[in-house]
Amino acid sequence: MNAVVVELEGVVKRYGGTPVVHGVSLRCEPGETLGLAGHNGAGKSTLFKMMLGILRADEGHIHLFGEPLNGPRAREVRRAIGYLPENVALYDNLSGLETLRFFARLKSADPAACEGLLRRVGLEHAMRRAVREYSKGMRQRLGFAQALLGQPRLLLLDEPTNGLDPEAIHAFYGVLQELKQGGATIILSSHLLAEVQSRVDRLAIMAVGQLVAQGTVQALTAVAALPAQLRVMPREEARGRVGDALRAAGFEPMDRADGQLQAAVPASRRLAVLRVLDGLADALLDYALAEPTLEDVFLYHQRAAGAERRA
Amino acid sequence: MSRRPDWQWPLVWAIAAKEWRDRLRNRWVLAVAVVFGAFALLIAYFGGAQSGVVGLRSTAATVASLTSLAIYLVPLIALLLGFDAVVGERERGVLDLLLSLPVRRAELLVGKYLGLAAALAMATLIGFGAALVPLARGMDAAAVAIYLRFVGTALLLGLAFLSMAVLVSTVARDRTRATGAAIALWFGFVLVFDLTLLGVLVASAGHSASLWAPYALLLNPADVFRVINVFGADALRSSFGLGTLLAQGWNAPATLYGAMAAWIVAPLGLALWRFR
Repeated sequence: MNAVVVELEGVVKRYGGTPVVHGVSLRCEPGETLGLAGHNGAGKSTLFKMMLGILRADEGHIHLFGEPLNGPRAREVRRAIGYLPENVALYDNLSGLETLRFFARLKSADPAACEGLLRRVGLEHAMRRAVREYSKGMRQRLGFAQALLGQPRLLLLDEPTNGLDPEAIHAFYGVLQELKQGGATIILSSHLLAEVQSRVDRLAIMAVGQLVAQGTVQALTAVAALPAQLRVMPREEARGRVGDALRAAGFEPMDRADGQLQAAVPASRRLAVLRVLDGLADALLDYALAEPTLEDVFLYHQRAAGAERRA
Repeated sequence: MSRRPDWQWPLVWAIAAKEWRDRLRNRWVLAVAVVFGAFALLIAYFGGAQSGVVGLRSTAATVASLTSLAIYLVPLIALLLGFDAVVGERERGVLDLLLSLPVRRAELLVGKYLGLAAALAMATLIGFGAALVPLARGMDAAAVAIYLRFVGTALLLGLAFLSMAVLVSTVARDRTRATGAAIALWFGFVLVFDLTLLGVLVASAGHSASLWAPYALLLNPADVFRVINVFGADALRSSFGLGTLLAQGWNAPATLYGAMAAWIVAPLGLALWRFR
């Protein structure tokens, strides 16, 4: 099959005339992990559904493994995909193991692998219990196990860590790492940017149906060139002196409601601000220099795209 | 459909088996079988109470009473069984997952229909069948045959309404609308249709009605069911007053069973086309 695993070209989807996905083009190379970020309603789930052929694109074309979605090899292509929809409610009356075996039959995957998969997602103790008794996190893990059936070469995971506790999230990314090492291509969506930023090769940011930016996290951060944020807690009697020193060095400190002073620090002036702080050691109770988060970067790109549209 | 080169029956069976097991496990089959069996026995023993008789009557009379009851009950149960087959899964988000799998949409729908049909068949045959055990003591072979025809046609009636329910389920945007449509279908076919037909007959004072009225009955599977079971029994024709209408041979078994088969196949076919 083709070298490019996922290829979207000018994909448009409209609901009643209103575009919800508007001209999205995207490529994903084998073995790549792509994060799809965006606020709720940005069109991420719709994009997933079009990639899977559940929804038909109104314009543009989509190829998976170089094949069109509803072509003669559709079954073969679908067998190579693992999909976890957002907020899926599986069958209450079946046990975890029965659920997985059902999907294994539909995917023509080996039913003998089901118990192993349930162990892999940490459901070995609950596999014979009815899904009705599962917690939200357990259901999500069962859904993930389902997506792993048949050793998929492409995983499409829509908000996969929804409802998982921190420990389970950690375990989830552990499994994802193993899959990646096994050569799987992964696209996962999340609105929790902090969570995905260290775990994806590339990030695509969606806002109101459009892909507003894509690239490595480093590249997106560099383009945004956002300043770090300095926060200092001065001793009460030294508040004036601290403010003056910062202003003298060219920063613009502002009072925060919690009594701290805050100032933006561009990347080129990091060392300068540290020198100022060094001179104020006796006047400070505490300080912190916060890097721009991916959240900030994301908001920057979203706003930039909005400004571009308005212009 | 099934002539497509890559139609995969194993996938259809997997889906059917899951639906069927689901209804067994949530005791749907058991509950419906108990309802059917209990009603059959109640009617067999007390159906004649209005005329001052308690106890077993003739099989023909019992089947006639059972038919009147089944016309209300069986469509309702079949509609309840099928109305959320697709739209329910859509609302739970699991339909997206199913559609992402290497399963054709038609395979999915046919599998669901067959699984639900198996559950309905099991409940109908066990429920009405179990009632036959105490009843059979007073029956001869011909009477048993009449009773079995009732059970078989009740199943066909159920399958027809299940087919309509699945159609509703593929068309409806959400579960609430599907519920509304299912209730409307039940009212339409079980209550309104006959009333309307009767109204038209009375209003036209019978002019030319005898030509088309029998055929109009074929447009309602509940009426087809009634005709097969009530008017099939010669002794009862006169007592229902419509006997004179039914002389033209339109009610040949082939026509009636053909109409029933069409009522099973057509809505499902429409659902398949709609669900593509």
